[in-house]
Amino acid sequence: MKQDIRGKGTITLDHGGGGRAYRELIHTYFLPRFANPYLEKMDDSAVVEIPQGRVAMTTDCYVVDPIFFPGGNIGSLAVCGTVNDLSVQGARPLFLSAGFILEEGLSLNDLEKILIAMEEACREAGVIIVTGDTKVVPKGKADKIFINTTGIGIIQPGVDISGSNAKAGDKIILSGTMGDHGIAILSQREGLAFDTSLKSDVAPLNHMVRQCLTMSREIHAMRDPTRGGVAAALNEIALQSNVGIRINDAAIPVKEEVRAACEVLGLDPLSVANEGKLLMFVVPGDALRVLEEMRKNRYGKGAQIIGEVIPDYRGRVIMATAMGGTRIIDMPLGEQLPRIC
Amino acid sequence: MKYVDEFRNRDIAERLVKRIREACHQRITLMEVCGTHTVAIHRNGLPELLPKEITLISGPGCPVCVTPVSDIDRAIALSQKDGVIIATFGDLLRVSGSQTSLLKQCSLGADVRIVYSAYDAFYLAEQNPERQVVFLGVGFETTAPTVAAVIRRAREAGLNNFSVLSMHKVLPPALLSLVTSPQVKINGFICPGHVSTIIGTGIYKRVAADFHIPCVVAGFEPVDILQAIALLVEQIERGEAKVEIQYLRAVSPEGNLKAMAIMDDVFETSDSIWRGFGMLPQSGLKLKADYAQCDAERRYNIPPVKSQEPPGCICGDILRGIKRPPDCSLFKKLCTPDNPVGACMVSSEGTCAAYYQFSGVNIA
Amino acid sequence: MCLGIPMQIQEINGNAALAAVGGTSRKIYLDVLDEEAKVGDYVIVHAGFAIHRIDEEEAKETLKLFEDAGYIALNQDTDGSS
Repeated sequence: MKQDIRGKGTITLDHGGGGRAYRELIHTYFLPRFANPYLEKMDDSAVVEIPQGRVAMTTDCYVVDPIFFPGGNIGSLAVCGTVNDLSVQGARPLFLSAGFILEEGLSLNDLEKILIAMEEACREAGVIIVTGDTKVVPKGKADKIFINTTGIGIIQPGVDISGSNAKAGDKIILSGTMGDHGIAILSQREGLAFDTSLKSDVAPLNHMVRQCLTMSREIHAMRDPTRGGVAAALNEIALQSNVGIRINDAAIPVKEEVRAACEVLGLDPLSVANEGKLLMFVVPGDALRVLEEMRKNRYGKGAQIIGEVIPDYRGRVIMATAMGGTRIIDMPLGEQLPRIC
Repeated sequence: MKYVDEFRNRDIAERLVKRIREACHQRITLMEVCGTHTVAIHRNGLPELLPKEITLISGPGCPVCVTPVSDIDRAIALSQKDGVIIATFGDLLRVSGSQTSLLKQCSLGADVRIVYSAYDAFYLAEQNPERQVVFLGVGFETTAPTVAAVIRRAREAGLNNFSVLSMHKVLPPALLSLVTSPQVKINGFICPGHVSTIIGTGIYKRVAADFHIPCVVAGFEPVDILQAIALLVEQIERGEAKVEIQYLRAVSPEGNLKAMAIMDDVFETSDSIWRGFGMLPQSGLKLKADYAQCDAERRYNIPPVKSQEPPGCICGDILRGIKRPPDCSLFKKLCTPDNPVGACMVSSEGTCAAYYQFSGVNIA
Repeated sequence: MCLGIPMQIQEINGNAALAAVGGTSRKIYLDVLDEEAKVGDYVIVHAGFAIHRIDEEEAKETLKLFEDAGYIALNQDTDGSS
């Protein structure tokens, strides 16, 4: 006797028990969203065929709070984050796995909304979730919902993209305005609540990357500036490639609202997270061509060349300030804290 | 952003730099008193735009930097009490006490909440009647009146689970200590902008008149700071020592009397320890007896903590402008932004933190 | 030690107000402001409180001096002492 559990209340420990309640949960909520032959087989492992070549694999855990925010939710993040990690490696994302840890008491409506967002993101990116798992933990042992996604993708021959490949002279392209996601999240945090029309920029960037790769065989490095923002991403590459990076404050696209919110809270936009942007390091001869191509994509309309790789200041990132001075952009410490001083 | 963007104009900045270079014919040491100025100066890369004859040193106007270890320890001790919620500005979270920090205490179960204004702490108390909310009051005269206003509101509302641990300090005693110290050689002060919004320019008049040191009250945008430097250099070259307000849009000579009155209603001055300065008389703020109910000092039995300034740390000399970060044996070796020993490195406004970030950049 | 940002008042509600800067708006408090604030006024906000109402004329004055190539010394302390 199949119970229709849609809309009725919350996740209970039974749902994680592996028994009937669990099966009903999967069949009512998960399977319909991610319908595909691999998943429907309900085998312990999905068996996929992948084209010849190098396989890229990545995994990420998503624990964002709040789980719903302007522009998306933890589900959209879980898919796009992993798709983007594969994309910036130069891989075409193919298959994802999705693991869920649900806190007893999570509203089924909320779960449904999150899964719908994942379905939409998968569809847009053109990836499929071929295997998954769900566990339920007692109230208080998890914060509503945690998601892990692992993704695999295929890298075409001749594509060699790595954070250690940046070369002196490379131009650095930022695909759009920075800081949108982090500020959208902060605006929902209790105690810091401020009103803004800002939405998270969470988006799958694989199509944009594929377009750019057709324009140049000399894209050396890419990174998505998530936690720690552009500052962290650039510092990582400077260290990995043992090069210096110089960027131009005046060239970096930032929305007025992000700038203002950062002023109010005492944050540096360079350290604020992004979930739908990437940094691309391109040989100078191809940079304009790649930039133009990027701007044709809906997620790259605001792309700008923000700087270049330099042979000095190895391992460091410096910025020409709007005033004509120079400052060092350090690796951000940790969680950005609002200041009054 | 209005009243901000206009003061970030590159052309104007360049003209001011030119003006400074043309005016400056001697070695000049200027102190920016306020930590927020230190951050603004380094964030905009201003030092390298100035002629080599001008040296900028950072002063003690960084509330986090001058908070002694013992105060942090006491806040941490409070956070360990049952049922207590600590409400604090983000600035304090990472500062190390003798053993640990508030941030680290969170991972041990302490309930520490970041708030943006003192009213947030008030509402936290209203919404959690079964808990005790202690707000960590840190900051100078810009912040103290805001905390005082909330303390008065708490008393009016009969809120009995809200109190403040006052670590507030006032600036004038530190300024006077600087100018009366024989080791300190400052030719001009870039005076704090927003503290002056509250206290006016009275104290600077004393500094200028009695010690012949020019004072210019500056805003926080790069153009504001450059203009203030230009005014100071020109005064010094003319042998003058006057008080000028560059930050006209925010500061008047008499200050904000209403804010001062609110502050004076709730707080009285007391002797207070400044990290690096030792005890400065009448330099701290404590709650008056009338407001004992809101005074965390009086409400809680905070166990005396044996606090220790870290050995080898010369933050005191740095805060007084006597030494610079490279003079410290710990700088960059044992004391880094990731592992700060002294307060000057902990606070993003601290001289050492700013220096650390900036060191090594010398664009000719 | 005093992060303060100019914000414009959009609404007033007793001792609180809604203020905005660059498309972001926030609740602020007027308890320590020494002047009557009106909707449309710009105030400097520190730690959630308005501490000063910005006088348009005074702001313009500073800017005007910039326009004059900044070679004119600013007003000295207006109470006569210096």
